[in-house]
Amino acid sequence: MTLLLFLAQTIRIAIPYLFAAAGGALAERAGIVALSLEGYMLGGAFGAVIGAYYTGSAWIGVVTGVWWGIMLAAIHAVCTLRFKADQIVTGVAINLFTVGITRFLLQLAFDSSSNSPRVAGFGGDNIGGALALVSNPLVWLGLATMPALAFVVYRTTFGLRVRAVGEHPLAAASLGVPVNRVRWVAVLGSGALAALGGTYLALDQHQFTDSMTAGRGFIALAAVIFGRWDPVRAGLACLLFAGAETLQIRLQAAQLIPSQFVAMIPYVLTIVAVAGVVGRSVPPAALGRTTD
Amino acid sequence: MLAPVTAKGESISDMRKLFGLLGVLLAAHVAMSFIRPAGAAVAPVGDAVDVGIVFDLGGRGDKSFNDGAYIGAERAAKAFGARVRFVEPGEGSDREAGLRMLAAEGMDLVIGVGFIFTDDLTQLAKEYPNVSFAGVDFAVSVDKDGKVVLPPLNVAALKFREEQGSFLVGALAALVGGSKKVGFVGGMDTPLIHKFEAGYKAGVKAVCADCEVIAQYAGVTPEAFRNPGRGKELALSQYQQGVNVIYHASGSTGLGVFEAARTMKKMGIGVDADQYNEAPGFVLSSMVKRVDNAVFDVISRVKEKKFSGGIYDFGLAEDGVGYVYDEHNKALIPDAVRARLEALKADIVAGKITVPSSR
Repeated sequence: MTLLLFLAQTIRIAIPYLFAAAGGALAERAGIVALSLEGYMLGGAFGAVIGAYYTGSAWIGVVTGVWWGIMLAAIHAVCTLRFKADQIVTGVAINLFTVGITRFLLQLAFDSSSNSPRVAGFGGDNIGGALALVSNPLVWLGLATMPALAFVVYRTTFGLRVRAVGEHPLAAASLGVPVNRVRWVAVLGSGALAALGGTYLALDQHQFTDSMTAGRGFIALAAVIFGRWDPVRAGLACLLFAGAETLQIRLQAAQLIPSQFVAMIPYVLTIVAVAGVVGRSVPPAALGRTTD
Repeated sequence: MLAPVTAKGESISDMRKLFGLLGVLLAAHVAMSFIRPAGAAVAPVGDAVDVGIVFDLGGRGDKSFNDGAYIGAERAAKAFGARVRFVEPGEGSDREAGLRMLAAEGMDLVIGVGFIFTDDLTQLAKEYPNVSFAGVDFAVSVDKDGKVVLPPLNVAALKFREEQGSFLVGALAALVGGSKKVGFVGGMDTPLIHKFEAGYKAGVKAVCADCEVIAQYAGVTPEAFRNPGRGKELALSQYQQGVNVIYHASGSTGLGVFEAARTMKKMGIGVDADQYNEAPGFVLSSMVKRVDNAVFDVISRVKEKKFSGGIYDFGLAEDGVGYVYDEHNKALIPDAVRARLEALKADIVAGKITVPSSR
């Protein structure tokens, strides 16, 4: 029973990471630094609540949440692909912009700077724990995301093009691959995926609260790097990080591990991975560079 | 490196465009931070007091501190025509600018809402010795000999005895919970929140010596106050361990605690303001901090020219903290429990019980 509860909690915590890390892996494989996952998630959470609030349907919430992610990603794409702005600066700007715009609209729509009213979500009110988990379609979608992304990246023409523009855009261009168009699709896709992570969070809480993603986008990015830009490994990294968090939640009461220690696990592991301790960690060669 | 040489000029002009765009955005951002309506426009009355209030992050509508300060100021405006101006800063350094602006405009009293204003208030009080300042939750520092460092003479530190209110809701949780385990979810793991935990634990132990308090924190950064996802998971794990009532002192993280209470059909206890409406039927009570009373009190002191700097403690005796008992949660709290809580409260006010403020 304890094990089951542990697994259920790990999965619940991992779902937002899985969605966002999938978005991160897609963008980074196409050579775009995915620093704005946090912003996409927050935007997705807000969009989901707006949609669910005004229509009463959680599914419409999913659609509007994804729509918000795509819109924010479009801003990122316009800045970095059309105007060749620095990807890191733009990414940070998107994150700050999202915190501000969601807070502003929250005030406008619900006259509160703290949280929205309660909205529809998935699953009934009466079922706690594991049952709530299996009745939430976003959980299943989240678990399926990484394998699906791995298939797209490694087994489809589009995936081949994504990898090509991420490794050597000039070579890809010389073979007739529309570099910018592929990158546009990858960035918009990353926005949509990360926004699903935020949507899950918001619908699980049945409301939006100011800055509710609380740094999850950065943990997802850490998972991408720790997973060496491979979707399946990044997915496992998400589960690992979520497992560590669950362990901390379960053990914190007993004061066995200082909470500060567990909070730094994802970042320490990422540094370890980047330092090349666990095998070679090579980012896509053209990551962060935009060429004509 | 990969770009052809001819593209260099172009990329510089693109950079300029980008900086231009950023400049415009920045200007818009700055403009936005002053765009809020000033509110409380009361016609000038004789020697009315001019009060400036700078809100903490979140601003009006946070259903907590800022709203409390707003209510207190409005009450002062109605009661004796205080003229109040509100400033809602954005992130970071705008706070100091907001305080400075109000002080420079010659307000009689400038109030910073939130402990985050402590250093700015201390600094500005020296620069504007003729202006009175007040800080809600002002963090009084302690020197290396353990002596309390008093704030400047023109600064009133409005502090709350959260441990006393927490003590009462601790007793409530133990008396109503019906299990030997009660829960606590804190936001950021800091001494400020340990105060809530310490009072709560003492309250639990006062009525149930063999009860166990499971106390957990959402994190070690300020984000821990805005992480309802985390709050829900912490609460779910506590409820699954047999806890029936959880008290949270964790900002909007606590909304996740209520969400967990809702799914598990258990109880949560709110903090700072009456949080009944966040999850009707699942909020046993709330430990309220009467920021409105404190703000009203300090404004009336200025009005009556009786203002003096120093530390003002608002505890149970001053009606500065308390727990909610009204028509919403009456049904959840038996009369015997209510009587017991009132007896404990009287003991604390009379000094028969001393509530610890650190763990």
